[in-house]
Amino acid sequence: MPANTDESFDESHVIESGAPVTDSDAAADTQDVISEQIAAIHEAYAKAKADGAAEETQPRIDFPPYRSSILRHPTKDLHHTDPETIELWSPAFGHRDVHPLEADLTIQHNGEPLGERIVVQGRILDGDGRPVRGQLVEIWQANAAGRYIHKRDQHPAPIDPNFTGVGRCITGDDGSYSFTTIKPAPYPWKNHHNAWRPAHIHFSLFGTDFTQRMITQMYFPGDPLFALDPIYQSITDQNARDRLVATYDHNLTSHEWNTGYRWDIVLSGSNRTWMENEEAE
Amino acid sequence: MTEPATKLVPTPGQTIGPFYGYALPYEKDSQLVHRAHPGSIRLHGTVYDGNGDPIPDSLLEIWQADEDGRIVQETGSLVRDDHTFTGWGRAAVDNVGHYTFTTVNPGATEEGKAPFIAVVVFARGLLNRLFTRIYLPEDTAALAGDPLLSSLPEERRRTLIAGREPNGDLRFDIRLQGADETVFLSFPGA
Repeated sequence: MPANTDESFDESHVIESGAPVTDSDAAADTQDVISEQIAAIHEAYAKAKADGAAEETQPRIDFPPYRSSILRHPTKDLHHTDPETIELWSPAFGHRDVHPLEADLTIQHNGEPLGERIVVQGRILDGDGRPVRGQLVEIWQANAAGRYIHKRDQHPAPIDPNFTGVGRCITGDDGSYSFTTIKPAPYPWKNHHNAWRPAHIHFSLFGTDFTQRMITQMYFPGDPLFALDPIYQSITDQNARDRLVATYDHNLTSHEWNTGYRWDIVLSGSNRTWMENEEAE
Repeated sequence: MTEPATKLVPTPGQTIGPFYGYALPYEKDSQLVHRAHPGSIRLHGTVYDGNGDPIPDSLLEIWQADEDGRIVQETGSLVRDDHTFTGWGRAAVDNVGHYTFTTVNPGATEEGKAPFIAVVVFARGLLNRLFTRIYLPEDTAALAGDPLLSSLPEERRRTLIAGREPNGDLRFDIRLQGADETVFLSFPGA
């Protein structure tokens, strides 16, 4: 794998000061350059919003401070259309697909993983507030040292033989999910020089309609890396960014065992015509 | 269709990142049917960036009706038994940006309707998922009457129609950016 197609940490990557940026993944810029670009985009958004533009709720897909987005975003507008037939339904998953123990990422090996044991719990709702029932949730994350099991992650932090960092569950009737895991650490990447991602857990989510399919990242409150991270900051509105940050919840913390975080997720609205009995089920 | 009154604001998406490879792919993820299934086809193609280079870290999912146009609600996609058709599959591209599904041609979900496969695209560098459709090329009358296709100019329309290869396989390339950029969709309530 050539270094310029991979965001993972790469020791061989030498930063040459003053060298022109010829490669969107060249890691040549300083944090100051990235932060200035982020600030300029956010300022323009704040001004547009003050002038009456709509509040943005999703990330920009065209966000140059995240260098690898430059060649990987459509430049034409998304084509607005009504969902039809198959798009109004979602694939079905169930307990045939996922064993309940897959929601505990701390019991997948012989020993206890290192790090802070946490419970992450919440509900998945659609845009109309209906719980998303019996649906698949997948998560993946770095370990307590900021290292992914992925073979291309070459960050010289230790792999934990007792932690893979992959979990799944099926939501309950109230749309609830719950994972037991280890708090991930921040890790370096090479978007720019000395770039670090805030600690996060990747979430993959399905709704009742295929059009609700999404992948996102959950962050931890108070992370000092938020302001510096072009992926988090690709969401230009603070209200929207806050929706990706879990809340510490002492009710999910258990005595001498784990700390707890709560994070609720809202999918886009369902476009299916819901039967009354489906609503009331 | 009327716009639903959305009461809650959706949670933002984020990129799938570079390290999904040990988490999301699984055994037989891209095999909606067994290769020996009568009528099985290969659906394949390459995902390209704005320079026309293949993207080696993209993941696609498809969702489709069965050969008779039925939308199924069968569980078991994650533990394929080679008999149950669930209509859903997942494929990570390989090192040269190529993906392959083994599936069947979806039937029309309604009389006279152009059959298509729904697709969602994830990639490192792509900050939010993209939706598109893969239309089967054969029923030209249905394609001409399709509400989405007929709302597009010809050069955009053809990015959504798969090519049929001599052996019956479907070929569908995805271009995230550039002159032949694939048409990506947004839906009400997003």
